[in-house]
Amino acid sequence: MSYSAPIDRYTGKINKVEIGTGDARVQVGGETTQPFYLFEGEMPNRPRLAMEVCDEAPGDWAKALEDVLGDVWDDPVKWAAKCKDEFGADLICLRLLSIDPNGADKGPDEALEVVRKVADSVEIPLIIYGCGNAAKDGEVLKKVAEQMEGRAMVLGPAVEENYKTISAAAMGFGHNVAGETPIDVNMAKQLNILMTNLGMPAQRILIDPSTGALGYGLEYTYSVIERDRLTALQQNDAMMQMPIICDMGREAWKAKEAKVGTDEHPEYGDPVKRGIMWEAIGVTSLLVAGADIVVVRHPETVKLMRSTMEGLGVK
Amino acid sequence: MALTGLDIFKKLPQTNCGDCGVPTCLAFAMKLASGGASLDLCPHVSQEAKDALSEASAPPMREVTIGQGENALKIGGEQVLFRHEKTFFKPCGFALVIDDSMEAAEVDSRLESLKKLRFERVGYELKTDLAALKCASGDKSSFAGLVEKVKGACDLPLVLMSDEPDVMSAALDVCGTGKPLIASATSDNSNAMTELARKHKCPMVVRGGSLEELSGLTEKISKAGVKDLVLDSGSRDLSKTLENLVMMRRSALKKKFRPLGYPTITFPCQETQDEMLEAIHAAVYVMKYGGIMVMNNLQPWSALPLFVLRQNIYTDPQRPMQVKEGFYEFASPGDSAPILVTTNFSLTYFIVSSEIESSKRPAHLGIVDSEGLSTLTAWAAGKFTAEKIAAFIKKSGIEDKVKHRKVVIPGYVAQIKGELEEELEGWEVMVGPREASEIPGFLKSWQ
Repeated sequence: MSYSAPIDRYTGKINKVEIGTGDARVQVGGETTQPFYLFEGEMPNRPRLAMEVCDEAPGDWAKALEDVLGDVWDDPVKWAAKCKDEFGADLICLRLLSIDPNGADKGPDEALEVVRKVADSVEIPLIIYGCGNAAKDGEVLKKVAEQMEGRAMVLGPAVEENYKTISAAAMGFGHNVAGETPIDVNMAKQLNILMTNLGMPAQRILIDPSTGALGYGLEYTYSVIERDRLTALQQNDAMMQMPIICDMGREAWKAKEAKVGTDEHPEYGDPVKRGIMWEAIGVTSLLVAGADIVVVRHPETVKLMRSTMEGLGVK
Repeated sequence: MALTGLDIFKKLPQTNCGDCGVPTCLAFAMKLASGGASLDLCPHVSQEAKDALSEASAPPMREVTIGQGENALKIGGEQVLFRHEKTFFKPCGFALVIDDSMEAAEVDSRLESLKKLRFERVGYELKTDLAALKCASGDKSSFAGLVEKVKGACDLPLVLMSDEPDVMSAALDVCGTGKPLIASATSDNSNAMTELARKHKCPMVVRGGSLEELSGLTEKISKAGVKDLVLDSGSRDLSKTLENLVMMRRSALKKKFRPLGYPTITFPCQETQDEMLEAIHAAVYVMKYGGIMVMNNLQPWSALPLFVLRQNIYTDPQRPMQVKEGFYEFASPGDSAPILVTTNFSLTYFIVSSEIESSKRPAHLGIVDSEGLSTLTAWAAGKFTAEKIAAFIKKSGIEDKVKHRKVVIPGYVAQIKGELEEELEGWEVMVGPREASEIPGFLKSWQ
């Protein structure tokens, strides 16, 4: 019996999606194989790291984050600039927390103002994520889409209740859309079908599969991404061939293990390194499963993931 | 290749004696084919048939045990490439390196780490599995000294790392009865190492410079009678190791290629000097078919996330992780802190508990055994009913811990309020929020 390498061939490939404009634009997707399986296919674009920036200062983030972001986090423009210049973010994910009706409840005009300032100050592409209130996100992202026409941003998350508003606006004004469904292959596919039926080009859609942090449902996200990807590659299912975006930073840093100090849990060890590892190992698993963009919070995670991807042969 | 019931039947005595507990040989063969019985149950089967059948019915990836007793590590026996296809069965092991050129203080501190790197999470123990002892000095008495010391101080199974048969032999004379993992046999030393593995009945790592070379070696070694093997593809960089791990797993499972039908070992410790990257390499191998990860740095801050990743990846997708039934306390709740109840689906518990924690309010959280179902599903399936909640509260002893008689149920099961008040005489049932994210607000307004 002699060994021969069991190489797989895939019939499908992942769409290429362009985000941003000009020299700073970023392309994601295009894989013809499972993530980092360079021995049997291509991964023309390395997965991208988007750093999260909020439009209002976070109240309760871990000390490990405060140490590196605390000096800029009351100003989204400075925060975004630091992510780009000092931390080497590929993209900025601007989260519009202030529009939350249960929070500051700011209107579309105020949100637009922040988006415009951030967009004008950093050249790297933007992902604009709402507050999670479907109706309000639809209202605000519609305005943002119109007024930022042609900037090819990613707008999201579009969910069952607001995908019509968000994808129509994205479609009409030259943006991309990220559709979010609750950790389910069929629901992700269904939302993609609905959006493309409206006329949204498949090449401008990203899949947000919903992200569970390490220890808090990561295994569900991990397996649903693997299944999404196998459906796209092995079954050549055009409605599953969108690149995948995962919103990991906020989930990872919500975990007790990422933020408690040594006073409460001395056995958990150094809280800063632990927080970073909680995020970075979670991100690693998303990349290994098939994520194309991961939203993160800590600059050290960005660095570690760069080295890891280089180690995996994707620069 | 898996045999059919008929293939097996042909090799059985066909006497229908029933001694195996099944009335006919054919029925027994069918049970064997489906994995529902073991050939040992037939006292009359010929040795020849036994060999043929056990060879053919052996699982595509062998399960290998390292060490003995309750700390023994079992790896391998995996059946799928993707966990969603079935599950990953045998959680991979983590080994911490100790070498014989380290200062005594460093050795002691690593021994201490091996004891300390244990965490409890949702009622499960997460721990380091192995001590990997490496002969860096090249001197057999120095190495045997280290083995002796570690053996006395630590009850974990050992990996013995040396390519020198003399050194290995001296170490095995100290600890060979404990079934340590011999690392490693190579094309240069395989005869002598195989002899040692056979003599001491120990599992052994086989290292090849390529998968072709490795396959040739394992074939030769298994023919010589040593079958508990662990594969080291020889690569020491992330990309190539990932490729080799995928190739080995596919060869074993999809092509039933016996020479690679064994669990694997990886060496993040030899791939990078950076302690964070080392942990990330290990994380990649946890997901992609690593059986053992040998680590040079394993600190609480890297071990905890790695062990939790292992727990996540090796959770059976068909059987959601469950939290033990009982009351969980937050912020030292006194006798006036609110009582909340929810289901024992681990995600429900995590989300609810993290919201309670973030509110910094004291609370008693009652976890009712709902067979791992989430709130609405559990209610619909009759696993989270007024009757069950009432029974839980009564037997939990919470009535002795609080002065009040108020219990908060999840907003999604508001409809059971009346029924629960009937079941729990003297209690007021309050309807809490539907979404966990509203719990902090709810607790802050608690009187």
